[in-house]
Amino acid sequence: MSDLQEFRASTRAWLEENCPQEMRQPMSEADVCWGGRNWVFQSDAQRIWLERMAARGWTVPTWPEAYGGGGLSGDEDRVLREEMRRINARPPLQSFGIWMLGPALLQFGSEEQKRHYLPQIARGEIRWCQGYSEPGAGSDLAGVQTKGVDTGAYFEVTGQKIWTSYADKADWIFCLVRTEPDAPKHKGISFLLFDMESEGVSTKPIKLISGASPFCETFFDGVKVPKEQIVGERGKGWTIAKYLLTHEREMIGSTDSALFRSESVVDAARAAVGLDGEGRLADPLLRAKIGEFLVDEMAFKVELERAKAWSRAGNQIGVESATLKYTGTELNKLRQEINMESGGFDALEWDFADAESNEKASLWLRSKANSIEGGTSEVMLSILSKAVLELG
Amino acid sequence: MQLLTEEQTMVRDMAAGFLEEKAPVSALRALRDEGAALGYDKGLMGEMAGMGWFGMLVGEEAGGVDMGAMAAGLVAEEMGRRLTASPFLSSGVLSAAALCAAGEGDWAAKIASGEAVVAFAADEHGKHEAGPITTRAEASGNGFVLSGAKRFVSDAVGADRVIVPAMTEEGLGLFLVDPSQDGVTTRAFATVDSRNAADLMFEGVQLDGAARIASGEGAEAAMASALRTGRAVAAAELCGVAKEASERTVAYLKERKQFGITIASFQALQHRAADLYTRIQTTEAAVAAALTAIDEGSDEAETLSRVAKAKANKTASLAVREAVQMHGGIGMTDALDIGLFMKKARASIEYLGDSACHADWLLREAGI
Repeated sequence: MSDLQEFRASTRAWLEENCPQEMRQPMSEADVCWGGRNWVFQSDAQRIWLERMAARGWTVPTWPEAYGGGGLSGDEDRVLREEMRRINARPPLQSFGIWMLGPALLQFGSEEQKRHYLPQIARGEIRWCQGYSEPGAGSDLAGVQTKGVDTGAYFEVTGQKIWTSYADKADWIFCLVRTEPDAPKHKGISFLLFDMESEGVSTKPIKLISGASPFCETFFDGVKVPKEQIVGERGKGWTIAKYLLTHEREMIGSTDSALFRSESVVDAARAAVGLDGEGRLADPLLRAKIGEFLVDEMAFKVELERAKAWSRAGNQIGVESATLKYTGTELNKLRQEINMESGGFDALEWDFADAESNEKASLWLRSKANSIEGGTSEVMLSILSKAVLELG
Repeated sequence: MQLLTEEQTMVRDMAAGFLEEKAPVSALRALRDEGAALGYDKGLMGEMAGMGWFGMLVGEEAGGVDMGAMAAGLVAEEMGRRLTASPFLSSGVLSAAALCAAGEGDWAAKIASGEAVVAFAADEHGKHEAGPITTRAEASGNGFVLSGAKRFVSDAVGADRVIVPAMTEEGLGLFLVDPSQDGVTTRAFATVDSRNAADLMFEGVQLDGAARIASGEGAEAAMASALRTGRAVAAAELCGVAKEASERTVAYLKERKQFGITIASFQALQHRAADLYTRIQTTEAAVAAALTAIDEGSDEAETLSRVAKAKANKTASLAVREAVQMHGGIGMTDALDIGLFMKKARASIEYLGDSACHADWLLREAGI
């Protein structure tokens, strides 16, 4: 038996024994375990599952063991995911620490920072949020104005962030702050980490058209951030920010996103519209629209598989993350439009105070942010035309 | 992000080098201007066969090189980039695949060596897969009598044989027919992409028993296999058309000046070019997935081949329309090659099914 086969066998056995039955059910948004200081576990099973996986480093399977990871190779990681899928095992933990800050620290953090922050992320002890956008810096992210004044021992941070995902629930923030006010705009930004319980931090949720409030406005009023809590060098934060944006775009465009979790367009249309005597969708124009959509959806699925194979082979996705992000998010918006169209009058019934009362409508509205968050579609096209096509 | 093996990269680079030298777009233009009835250069076809291209889908025991659909797709993409005129797709892919599936090694060997061109009569209607096969082969003595009509048979002009699907008492049959035989009337014509095609009429055509190369389920399978491989390779060719048209256009944007600056600096054009780029990426992935699935004998091959063709149709259509528009007035002139790409795309989109044809199949498969 090859090493990988052995790994598969032992992983399968371990998962069988250690994954609680309740953690082998399909999950909704509400079942996600985000961890953090104030996390209230939904069930004992959720807590046990996190503890057991974290003990093996399998909340972050490919991170080095020294930082709380599992130290798995790319192939072993793939096997672990396959084996988890086989029994429908839920991810034990999801977080911006795992997706975003961790990879950035692994790349740019000091040894001390890695040893301090990464294991806390791996165990789900600290929940992170991302302080990027500001009211005046959306697509023009490098225009951030939140300032960090050097007072000797501290950076004193003052300003406002917006669209901070789950800022009201997060323990710590990784934040773009202008510490070099006289430098050119891309060279004056630093990447700071600080506790959301620090004096001077406040948050305010933003209610979206979908009824949900995943984002906040975040205010900083003279927050004292110890100087060792900077990642990388002063004024070099934009490099880290760009790296993370690339990472985020891959994630937003990828299969793990909501894109392939929602109800299939075909099932929704069949249920809502019904079939004619020849077994075709009774609305021929809607049917034609769905046909076009299926072609694009299936083609995009294999494009994502190709990107994964590309990464597994040790290549960087790099600027192509803009292609995936653009294609994937535009496709999801189209999907939700079609679902609403096939739903007709029925899809309009909605009690706004209870957003979950009409999943179709809330997904439809939520999807509109897909092509805005993490860089708008227009920014993606500008990146591609500049970096790939060299137009300008 | 194309993941190619060393061998595949070699196949692609060799094809690109050879075609750049021997069959660039100017070669198609010359063939058109000569009004050559065949629409391709037979000598050049021999050279391609000499490199194994017409035997890529033919087993080594039948004189082929057995390199598979992916290799054929890589060659086709390079052909698409240069609008290369050859019976590669009709004879080397569709007919070779049908003959091999039917176990007809002799004719497959003749295709592989370049000795013969075999056309494939895939259609009877105004659109691909738009209706049932009505051509009939009635049993008569030890053979059959063929009657009916086939439309738009690519490379039928100059073909040594045509594979004709026809209904028999035992279901579908595939017949190998000599188009110069009594009872076969050929209405040949040039097509918008400067290639040849013909409508074939069969009236009381006498065939011996051996002319039937496959029957019943075997014929269904051989035909499905030929069409599946053909459409995936045709999709690869269209992907090449789309890439070349878009690359030529991007180059033109950087060169053309208006209002004192290059038009590449206009965001309205940048975003359209970038949008097209993303569609080409998706298409490239879909084409590679289909070709790989065919080579692996995957259950997904039929679906993926239809997704690939449908997607390549849409992308190539957009690419050539954007190309002409962004070139402006000069894009409308015959002197510029861009118009030839538009014509090629239109013909290839129709060939082996447009996007609606394949979307309809996907919808029926999905149960709506």
